[in-house]
Amino acid sequence: MIDQNTIEILQSELLLELGRTFIMVGVSTLLGVMIGGLLGLLLYLTSSDLFFKNKWLNRITGVIVNMIRSFPYIILLIVLLPLSAVIVGTKIGTAAATVPLTIAAIAFFARLAEGAFSEVDRGVLEAAIASGARLSLIFKDVLFVEALPGLIRSITITIISLIGYSAMAGTVGGGGIGDFAIRYGYHRYELGVMFVTVIVIIVIVQLIQWIGDKLAERAMKR
Amino acid sequence: MIELKDVNVVFQVGENTVHACKNIHLTINRGEVFGIVGLSGAGKSTLVRVINLLQKPTSGQVLIHGQDITKLKGRALRKVRLEMGMIFQHFNLISGKTVFENIEFVLKASGVPKEKRKERVTELLKLVDLSDKANVYPANLSGGQKQRVGIARALANNPEILLCDEATSALDLENTEEILNLLQRIREQLNITIVFITHEMEVAKKLFDRVAVMSHGEIVEINDVYSIFAHPVHEVSKSLISKNLNIELPNELLHSFTDGTCIKIFYKGERSMDPIISSVAKKYDVHLSILHGKIDYIHKKPLGILLVHLSGSDTEIQKAKQYIQENVAEMEIIRLDERRELL
Repeated sequence: MIDQNTIEILQSELLLELGRTFIMVGVSTLLGVMIGGLLGLLLYLTSSDLFFKNKWLNRITGVIVNMIRSFPYIILLIVLLPLSAVIVGTKIGTAAATVPLTIAAIAFFARLAEGAFSEVDRGVLEAAIASGARLSLIFKDVLFVEALPGLIRSITITIISLIGYSAMAGTVGGGGIGDFAIRYGYHRYELGVMFVTVIVIIVIVQLIQWIGDKLAERAMKR
Repeated sequence: MIELKDVNVVFQVGENTVHACKNIHLTINRGEVFGIVGLSGAGKSTLVRVINLLQKPTSGQVLIHGQDITKLKGRALRKVRLEMGMIFQHFNLISGKTVFENIEFVLKASGVPKEKRKERVTELLKLVDLSDKANVYPANLSGGQKQRVGIARALANNPEILLCDEATSALDLENTEEILNLLQRIREQLNITIVFITHEMEVAKKLFDRVAVMSHGEIVEINDVYSIFAHPVHEVSKSLISKNLNIELPNELLHSFTDGTCIKIFYKGERSMDPIISSVAKKYDVHLSILHGKIDYIHKKPLGILLVHLSGSDTEIQKAKQYIQENVAEMEIIRLDERRELL
């Protein structure tokens, strides 16, 4: 299965495709965590009577997030091509694939972040409110600190899901390790390439999960 | 001074309307330890949370030093809250911050500059005797220690009022004792007003000056603690203190008496220190044996109960009973036929 040819293909392209995956997943995770995190905070704050309970704002935000999340990723990728053209100026390539991936990441992480915030003990927040602290201080020193282990776990899940989504980037010529496995392993019957690539993906995912768990554990302080 | 004027709190839970606090009128004086007791669901927690507006009243006024705070918002409300500390049943410490950082948080809230914060936290840790735990996370503390951090945090901004919401209810006896002693000490040192919610009458006995009894959202009785224990008026007050003054004898012992009378004597108020038992023994030809007894001291005044067996001739027993009846707060005869019924 693994012959000289396999090794040559891997040597010439594996690192390059890994790099593309890294860019796509890295950029979309970064933006997803930042924008999605804020969106998750908004979802949480508008649903909590301790803060700014607002049924309509919560509902509208929730519907938008759910709409993005209901698209099978491959369809979202195509539907958002015009947006890619506007933002990065092209409909093909790694940059074009990163745009829908980022949109998916934002919606995905928003829901997870909302969950992480709403798991923060209500009593602890009440104690902070009763102390007369400003909201900004409560967010920074209480809500964020208490939600941190949950947020770290959510980031881990997001990254791993995005690696999976990024395999579809090939549809618009985005490349990446998933696309690499499909191109050689499926279209060209290079099973060896497929095999090695899958092993590499498994190792990467395990590593990310392990690091995420360690970081979450450290943030738990228990 | 805290004044509640005609405070009502109404919740809408699904289709049901819950009237958690009904027409509450209450004045709590500066420097006193005021307790609110009642069974669970009586509305006491809601009431204490109205005082710092964690719970907005549906109607009525909350006056702190004469200022109605119910209309306050934003910065003005935060300022009022900075002048009140609060401790909770489940401590509510920030689990991701150390003991030091937990206390520092409320100093940050009031805008204390960084270099002064360290000094103040150190001082507070000393006050609650936790100087060696500054860099420990709450998860590694015992319940009593957590509550001491809670107290240090509540006192950090030198509040005039300390609200305690079931502050000892999650603690074992030993830790409860420790927290009550600390609060007692703080009260003497800082002359702070304490409002304490609890369902534990033991706490009331040890700590409170005055107490309000709540039932179904209403205050049914307010009095000083001794009076509540000695002369409860409302049914709920009576049932709350009944456990406290309840003593029981093993049935076998009661049945073993073939003659004489068993009586239960209650000592209350002014005359509770009078030497009644020895007077009876001297004046009448009866034998007294003390079967059971208990004396509590509330605000240094005794409150006791004694179970005594009298034996001798019927006429002497009758006279002795008469004398006791006239000289103690209350006397109850445990009848022979009652004992038979028990058989």
